[in-house]
Amino acid sequence: MSAAGAESVLHVAIDSKWYRPRGGEPVEAVRDLAFSIRAGEIVCLIGPSGAGKTTTLRILLGLDTAFEGRVAGAEQAGIVFQEPRLLPWRSVEHNVRLGLPRERRGRDLDGLFGRLGLMAWRGSYPKALSLGMQRRVALARALADAPRVLVLDEPFVSLDDTAAAELRSLVVDTVDQTDMSVLMVTHNVAEAIEIADRLLLVSRRPASLIADVPLARPRRTRDRAWAEATRSALAADYPDIIAL
Amino acid sequence: MGALIRLASLLVLIGAWQTAALEAHSRLLPTPLAVMSFIAQEAARGDLAHNIGITLLRVAISFAIAMVLGIVLGVALGRSKATDLTLDTPLLVLLNTPALVITVLAYVWVGLTETAAILAVVLNKLPNVAVIVREGARNLDPGLDEMARAYRLDYRTWVQDVLIPQLQPYVVTAARSGLSLAWKIVLVVELLGRPDGVGFAINYYFVQSTDVAAIIGYSLVFMAVMIGIDVLLLQRLEAHVRRWR
Repeated sequence: MSAAGAESVLHVAIDSKWYRPRGGEPVEAVRDLAFSIRAGEIVCLIGPSGAGKTTTLRILLGLDTAFEGRVAGAEQAGIVFQEPRLLPWRSVEHNVRLGLPRERRGRDLDGLFGRLGLMAWRGSYPKALSLGMQRRVALARALADAPRVLVLDEPFVSLDDTAAAELRSLVVDTVDQTDMSVLMVTHNVAEAIEIADRLLLVSRRPASLIADVPLARPRRTRDRAWAEATRSALAADYPDIIAL
Repeated sequence: MGALIRLASLLVLIGAWQTAALEAHSRLLPTPLAVMSFIAQEAARGDLAHNIGITLLRVAISFAIAMVLGIVLGVALGRSKATDLTLDTPLLVLLNTPALVITVLAYVWVGLTETAAILAVVLNKLPNVAVIVREGARNLDPGLDEMARAYRLDYRTWVQDVLIPQLQPYVVTAARSGLSLAWKIVLVVELLGRPDGVGFAINYYFVQSTDVAAIIGYSLVFMAVMIGIDVLLLQRLEAHVRRWR
């Protein structure tokens, strides 16, 4: 998928980002973090927790504008937050349609609901669904307007293995069928090795890019032995970020 | 079971009233039956319906105005720090001015008119609504706000789907407490300066003849009407806004 020369759909260049808590010492959260993502590519941003990964996402989504640098291409991004962040007082269907701009909100979404296995739940309130299903609804909302880029912030944490694997394969299938790109923040290295075309390794605070690691082997041919070898190699090269 | 206990409690209350009235044997403590017969006579004359209708109209108008203004004000206070700082002190003053003072001043400054009466009730109730709704507007879920911004929800959608549902429980609370407040104040306002309504009638029977049966009669009927509105309208509304929980 990561065909060399494919056009870049998302470009991030954060020179610096400081937090200045009132009455506290200023903290530099991000420094010189720059990367681009090409069409059809799955990129995982990996780093220790508290490393400013979520800050980076907030900046590229335009939720935080107090930083030095430039971001481009995230205007049409679909986003899945760590928590589902659904409106509990609206039906699943209504929540998903909020992912569409008002003028397209009435459009036919049968295909999307069917693909994500949400057909039977369209009229339910989110409270009636398990966390895994709520995450699916959040994913459906992100995919509703067929975004060029999907941004995921630790979307599979606190799910059991089956639910996480199902949700992961839904994301991968969507990428394979469309030309969508994915930027996923995670600290789950095994998960990243399983699905990513490229890993971006980020240091502790202030977050900066340590390595840009392409995983050339096609996703479908990746097996356990390869995954373990890849992980060992990464752990040898970047012991601070990737543990064995 | 619950209904049975309620009924038993009501019967005990009426029984105690009956016993006390028989014991006292005074015009100043009429029996339940005397009160009922006053209500029947007043209803037959048409005065009961007329006075209760007028009072209900005043309650409805002032309640509606106070709710609308109070919600708008409350949202502004909860969302904007500058507005909150500017208006917090006047609000506190209004909140702590006795209803009687506001009413008298309204009549003195505006005149003994219907407008003054409505104004007095609105000014009494508005700060309560604003303070309750402000609490709601302060407690909006920041995660949902971030979602709304990330998805670039248009203003109308944000108001309809994100803001209003989060305010609804507060608005219903303000409405329920506000309604009982409004009708109590309307009676005082009527007593002080209106030629009709339940407050006027109670004052009339008090000054004219200290007719306690009339005073209790009016009070009972009007109370029943207001409880009816609460149960039939507001409690159902409350259940409706909480349906997704």
